Amino acid sequence: MQRESGEKALGAAALASVGQSLPHDSAIRHVSGSAVYVDDIREPAGTLHVVPGWARDATRGRILSLDLDPVRAHPGVVAVLGPSDVPGKNDVSPALGDEPMFAEEEILFWGQPLFAVVATTREAARHAARKARIEVEDLPPLLTVEDALAADETVLPDYQFRKGSPETGLATAGHLMEGSLRIGGQEHFYLEGQVSLAVPGEDGDMFVHTSSQHPSETQHIIARVLAVPDAAVTVEVRRMGGGFGGKESQANHWAAIAAIAARATGRPCKLRLDRDDDMIMTGKRHDFRVDWKLGHDAEGLLRVVDMRLFARCGYSADLSLGVVDRSMFHADSSYYYPDAMIHSRRLKTHTCSNTAFRGFGGPQGMLAAERMMDALAIRLGVDPLDLRKRNFYREGRDVTPYGMKVEEHATLHAIVEELEESSDYRLRRDEIAAFNASSPILKKGLALTPVKFGISFTLKHLNQAGALVHLYTDGSIHLNHGGTEMGQGLFQKVAQIVAEEFGVTLDKVKITATHTGKVPNTGPTAASSGTDLNGMAAKIGAETIRGRLVAFAAERYQVAPDAISFAGNRVQLGERSMTLGELAREAHLARIQLSAAGFYATPNITWDRPSASGRPFFYFAYGAACSEVTVDTMTGEMRVDRVDILHDVGHSLNPAIDIGQIEGGFVQGMGWLTTEELVWDDRGRLRTHAPSTYKIPTASDVPEDFRVALYASAGNPSPTVYRSKAVGEPPVMLAISVFSAIHDALANLNPGAIPDLDAPATPEAILHAVLSMKRSRAG
Amino acid sequence: MREVVRFLQNGRVVELADVRPTETVLDYLRLRRGLVGTKEGCGEGDCGACTVAVGRLVEGRLVYQPVNSCIQFLGMLDGAELVTVEDLAEDGQLHPVQQAMVDHHGSQCGFCTPGFVMSLFTLYHAPEKPATRKTVTDWLAGNLCRCTGYRPIVDAALEACFTEIDDAFSRRADESIAALQAMEQDTRDVFITQEEGGFFAAPASLDALAELAERHPQATLVAGATDVGLWVTKQLRQLPQVIWLGRVRDLDRIEDTPGGVLMGAGTTFAAAHPYMARIDPDLGELWRRIGSRQVRASGTVCGNIANGSPIGDSPPALIALGATIELRRGEDSRTLPLEAFFIDYGKQDREPGEIVTGLYVPRLDPNHAFRCFKISKRFDQDISSVLCALRVTLADGTITEARLAYGGMAATPKRAEIAELALIGARPDRPSTWAAALKALADDFAPISDMRASDAYRKEVARALLAKALVEIGGTPDERTRVSGLRSGEVIHAA
Repeated sequence: MQRESGEKALGAAALASVGQSLPHDSAIRHVSGSAVYVDDIREPAGTLHVVPGWARDATRGRILSLDLDPVRAHPGVVAVLGPSDVPGKNDVSPALGDEPMFAEEEILFWGQPLFAVVATTREAARHAARKARIEVEDLPPLLTVEDALAADETVLPDYQFRKGSPETGLATAGHLMEGSLRIGGQEHFYLEGQVSLAVPGEDGDMFVHTSSQHPSETQHIIARVLAVPDAAVTVEVRRMGGGFGGKESQANHWAAIAAIAARATGRPCKLRLDRDDDMIMTGKRHDFRVDWKLGHDAEGLLRVVDMRLFARCGYSADLSLGVVDRSMFHADSSYYYPDAMIHSRRLKTHTCSNTAFRGFGGPQGMLAAERMMDALAIRLGVDPLDLRKRNFYREGRDVTPYGMKVEEHATLHAIVEELEESSDYRLRRDEIAAFNASSPILKKGLALTPVKFGISFTLKHLNQAGALVHLYTDGSIHLNHGGTEMGQGLFQKVAQIVAEEFGVTLDKVKITATHTGKVPNTGPTAASSGTDLNGMAAKIGAETIRGRLVAFAAERYQVAPDAISFAGNRVQLGERSMTLGELAREAHLARIQLSAAGFYATPNITWDRPSASGRPFFYFAYGAACSEVTVDTMTGEMRVDRVDILHDVGHSLNPAIDIGQIEGGFVQGMGWLTTEELVWDDRGRLRTHAPSTYKIPTASDVPEDFRVALYASAGNPSPTVYRSKAVGEPPVMLAISVFSAIHDALANLNPGAIPDLDAPATPEAILHAVLSMKRSRAG
Repeated sequence: MREVVRFLQNGRVVELADVRPTETVLDYLRLRRGLVGTKEGCGEGDCGACTVAVGRLVEGRLVYQPVNSCIQFLGMLDGAELVTVEDLAEDGQLHPVQQAMVDHHGSQCGFCTPGFVMSLFTLYHAPEKPATRKTVTDWLAGNLCRCTGYRPIVDAALEACFTEIDDAFSRRADESIAALQAMEQDTRDVFITQEEGGFFAAPASLDALAELAERHPQATLVAGATDVGLWVTKQLRQLPQVIWLGRVRDLDRIEDTPGGVLMGAGTTFAAAHPYMARIDPDLGELWRRIGSRQVRASGTVCGNIANGSPIGDSPPALIALGATIELRRGEDSRTLPLEAFFIDYGKQDREPGEIVTGLYVPRLDPNHAFRCFKISKRFDQDISSVLCALRVTLADGTITEARLAYGGMAATPKRAEIAELALIGARPDRPSTWAAALKALADDFAPISDMRASDAYRKEVARALLAKALVEIGGTPDERTRVSGLRSGEVIHAA
């Protein structure tokens, strides 16, 4: 593996903190074991432990009887809670009221909680939870996309984008082609499982430590189930041991159960899910079937695309509206569709409710688009990269199927061209052809695929953020904002921004836990937007305080405001210099407010969902990856030989953190498309509910030759914080290059035929494609 | 008789009388000691977040192994040194592996990090290791990280783990060794009584073990607990009586004999690895891919056999090699071919109170050829969907005898007897001569579908692996036939 420095990507501006590759703010605590996660908080005296109970034999059915006496009788059990113990509404859904905390009449998926055990130890609660006697009248579950289509069951209405006249396009295109692709889901496998600690206070108050990407929503749902005002509930999140979207809505249920247990017992209650329960009960990346049809001209220029996205949403809506919308927003990948029909169905199945996962539907839409490209390239006998480039958005061919103009296509072109060059794509294409010609068992494949990812929540009101900044009279700064830290380095980046504003070193900035009492009504830390939103809010808060200091000092010392500057932990006032602490003290004595709330709302976005029109994204983030693989055509085993990545983060706020997001996102995406297979049996039971059976990448799965670089950006054309770009999700889709490369290797087996490869490309999936290629050659 | 468990931590001997038989080291650290730096990620020894280092004396030297504390029972620390992430920094100075992790941006969410740090600590202390990415990625296969993509962690390891060993632990090694030796000299059997007939026992001799096992036939015998641990943490089984084999020195022996390798039931996968690799490179690679460094450090070869798991990855290869096992009950010993031990799903030829005491693995003769392949969704730290091992005897390029065993194709590890017969007379360099053997596999096996693979894939790949073995034995170089696990290394043939 190699790594190029990202330093060159920095802008010319002389910045002391922003743009530096500083370590994660908690790095030393991480490596020392002193970083405190929820389960590590010293438990208040008398803390009880909560474990949800469920019917291990039921997938879907009517609950005939639920005998909890054996549970109550288990030693150590203090309380057993069910639907009637919910003081408020028995619903933990983020929006639609379709997710009961405890199932009341009908079980809707294998793993749905029916009750909760509260005991003096977690071990006692776990044992007791298995002792319930549950009688269920089984009903036939809907498990697959096909089941749900046949039953015509959905969790939300169908939705579509139409551009131009797809019917005319299909009728007049010279050449038509169609196909279908199955795309598997993905378990988040955050290393820290779901966990909450609820501490009851006076007057019905509840304080909850939780591992949630969306503390405000957790707060509101706890208030709902407790039947108390939002103001009575405070939620705090210092850090999560990973989130990836899996703690955006999925943390709420467990926090809410812990809260009602604390209410019922009057004691602090902690709920930490066992890993298997976590994997069984919580939602995952949506699996899809995508049926596509395209029309093109003789040169391979797309004329029309008709794509049908069938998403398996599970038993409830959860975030499926936004997730599947985003798959539609990315069904174009980087390609111009003159006419288009992008249709989606949100299918209801009796499985856990699928949810947010890094990329939020985008990866599935893009994967389908890239499959179309790969298939069409085979049909035309051209290099897939040439076909991709031919169809890229460009001047005059720049309007997406949802009507938004792609303005920054030059960045896409530049990245792909630079990567094509730096990865020796053409040369290796020839070498691989030569290798394959003389290798009957092993076949190599190569693919260079682009990423264009829309940045902003497509639910407009989420594009706002708040921060709270205090300057103390010793010059130290208390930083708080609505974003949550799940490992992505958000806190460090925002601290660098605030340090920059005050001209101080990072040790002066105290990063504090996200807290609904400090910054209220926040959106989730999601959609890659954490830094764009919270960084800007914190910057605005810091600027406000600095502005007050400047105004005060200008008058006090009779210097022009523009002769006042902040750097090196000091303030320069014309000829005079003092520490920030000294100035803060003087300002305080003069009764200047040293605290400010910053607020930011993303400008220049509009999206009208009913008419499917507007400009949903503030900007796009771009990148490209070139992957080379070797496939064993006897067994379906596959090795990733080399990966080159060039990715655009605008002006990087912290190149080391950005590289970390790119590499980590790529590897996570590679896992989704290769080794990570979710298997449900024919009774709807998840069979891969532990790391023994569900395989995320290990260190040896990362290609030995791994070259990752930041694109030398002139800065985000949109006015983001320091002209940076969001980086959380886009890199996941760089991994599509691996999937395309496998497809490319398989294409060798029967020139002209299109490999029948579904995702994930496990050895079995690859061998299936090998055999079908061989059969089609024989037949 | 000793009624306490003793281990070394931070230079001090910890002595515990209240040790529940299946209390895990992780629960002890987090719940009893408040040492919460060590994390629980999965509770089944697959993610490595709970990794601690356990130091033991090996031929007088102090060797640190990474151990999954979530499935290791507390009593199994007896006689060892325990090192946790809290112990590494010295006077506020980070340990070199910790500093390298910070310098290389090796942590993001940080939850897996203490486990990585402890694995790196054991790598730092490991003697004689090639400074390659491969060394590191193999060492870290049992530590999952979902954030970083591993590259910075591997870079940190390459910087920190291949330098001169100089830390607080190396500087006080003499004292630690003396303390461990002192504990080792106390050869009293450990027996910690629980209510209602429960106990944790750690006999110090084979005779004491055999006697105890015969007296308590219902007790659970535990060697590395890499499987039994999950019975407790995942199946929530109550195991009131636990007999740990770890103090029986006679069971630790492993030796090269002229004809093969002889090992006692306490031999871990890690200890057996170099011996197996010298029998055949494929066997070495199979061993490398069993579990993870953590699992191989604790898990024993005989435990993998004795628990009869249909997904034990070592038995098919051992069966193909003609391995035999030794069992003992009270005073009586017997030996049987390994394939005869596996009777049916979950059923082995082991009487109550009987213990597996050892394993003998014959070497290959010069006229043998051996191949072994493991198919899994992930190369490292995964369980096979299909495992194929073939040993053929060749005379002038013609097969005169074949032992072909599979895992994942039946309820037990099983020989493909029909195909074996069909192989006799075939020539590996002439594919037409072995077509019948490939076909015969359909009569040998009727595999099932599960989360690892479908029956159709298993059948197809079982054929493919036999074909691949023969293609390679017939002369095609393995860099033309494999995407991983190329054959290399010295082999010792039977004398």
